[in-house]
Amino acid sequence: MSITLKNLFSKNVTLLYPWEKTPISPRFRGEHALRRYPNGEERCIACKLCEAVCPAQAITIEAEPRKDGSRRTTRYDIDMVKCIYCGLCEEACPVDAIVEGPNMEFAMENRQDLVYSKAKLLENGDKLEPTLAERLQKDAPFR
Amino acid sequence: MTSVNTTTKEMEFGENFTLNFGPQHPSAHGVLRLVLELDGEVVERADPHIGLLHRGTEKLLENKTYIQGLPYFDRLDYVSMMCQEHVYCLSVEKLLKIQVPERGSYIRVMFSEITRLMNHLLWLGTHALDVGAMSVFLYAFRDREVCFDFYEAVSGARMHANYFRPGGVAKDLPEGLTKTILEFTDAMKKRIDEYEGLLSENRIWKQRTVGVGIATAERAMSYGFSGPMLRGSGIAWDIRKAEPYEVYDKVKFDVPIGKNGDCYDRYLVRMEEMRQSIRIIEQCIEKLPEGPVKVQNFKISPPGRDDMKSSMEALIHHFKYFTEGFHVPKGEVYAAVEAPKGEMGVYLVSEGGSKPYRVKVRAPGFAHLQGFEMMTKGHMLADVTTVIGTQDIVFGEIDR
Repeated sequence: MSITLKNLFSKNVTLLYPWEKTPISPRFRGEHALRRYPNGEERCIACKLCEAVCPAQAITIEAEPRKDGSRRTTRYDIDMVKCIYCGLCEEACPVDAIVEGPNMEFAMENRQDLVYSKAKLLENGDKLEPTLAERLQKDAPFR
Repeated sequence: MTSVNTTTKEMEFGENFTLNFGPQHPSAHGVLRLVLELDGEVVERADPHIGLLHRGTEKLLENKTYIQGLPYFDRLDYVSMMCQEHVYCLSVEKLLKIQVPERGSYIRVMFSEITRLMNHLLWLGTHALDVGAMSVFLYAFRDREVCFDFYEAVSGARMHANYFRPGGVAKDLPEGLTKTILEFTDAMKKRIDEYEGLLSENRIWKQRTVGVGIATAERAMSYGFSGPMLRGSGIAWDIRKAEPYEVYDKVKFDVPIGKNGDCYDRYLVRMEEMRQSIRIIEQCIEKLPEGPVKVQNFKISPPGRDDMKSSMEALIHHFKYFTEGFHVPKGEVYAAVEAPKGEMGVYLVSEGGSKPYRVKVRAPGFAHLQGFEMMTKGHMLADVTTVIGTQDIVFGEIDR
């Protein structure tokens, strides 16, 4: 009884979730994003390492040389329903293009919307770039 | 209990009553389905039905490289994630004949014990909830949440970590984490006393657990029990002591055993195990050496990112590692760890390629579940939930 009473008057440990959030580790693996170089050029070079390593085979890539001769993806889909958020794609990417960002709230109204296209992923990247770069920099000594 | 869907035979006087318990029953821990034959309220026969969570993990692993297979182990026993990864890594390392660097080993042991804490906290909470004590559940989950923060800090995921890798761990500990863990373990010591204060002498708790679900030492052995289920019956068998892996021979800890083999003894054993886990975690942090966390053979572990971006050879290693994986020599091996629930083992057959030929997972819960009838026979219907709780059943590992 004394334990119960002590806990009754102790500080709350719960948070009012949508308004209050816990801090997130820089290694957090949430929603994916495709990053760009500071000059606006997309980083992904279609090496397909992420596609190869993905245990759930959630990534589909098609690629061909662009007009200027550089190799880029024409299609980069991630099926967010298949994805198991293991982080191997981020580890495999040699140019830090695909990253798993800090966002974990991406519920959709239907399943089709959860198959992310390249445009959606790049948009995520553009939106979060400062955070993503900061996270990568913080984690760089450990990678 | 009346709300579960009941299939009644002819309800004549004197005939037994067949009750379909689960798989949607809130205290059936996941997808356990039991067909109970009741004589009044006394269990005559209990028939666990398994397979509702079968995902074919073992078969899937045959088509995955060793690093790709790893995340699947998180999802076997989804309340003690890193211990499952550990056993797979150990089996691969045994075949590869590699030694994990000492720092990696200590980190692994530390996180195995954090995992044990997490598992026992969840077990304590749900077990107490099944038996009728609500507050322990809330307190236990509060502490479990902190452990999840540690998981997130090292691996980036709160549950399915994918942190242990064949040859070490994925990344070194972030700065300041050891300090946070020590703060937590300090607080945790008092908390465990608090939980014991809530339950150990609690009259209702004792009435519900003492003398319920007795597994004698002999029975427990013959049913293949392991972990706290076996130790609760008085057999001091712990793989961490019997066949020390990693650095368990370098840390001091005791193996608690019970006496009567009932639910109450197993509860006491698990509570003491949490204290021992804390002891191990503290020793690991104290002894944590400097150095690499994974083997520096870049055919088995990926090279650092700076190397990969500047050295051609490292880049080749990087590409080989993430596409083809690494080749494991031909052979068969069995590796086991003391997972929070008991002996978790992997029997791995390699044909020499980059993918396993066959992986057999030995899940402790499977053996425990087959002893279910033995433990519940002659008890009341309400004790069924107590026994489910004490067995610490998780269907991810039983159905695989």
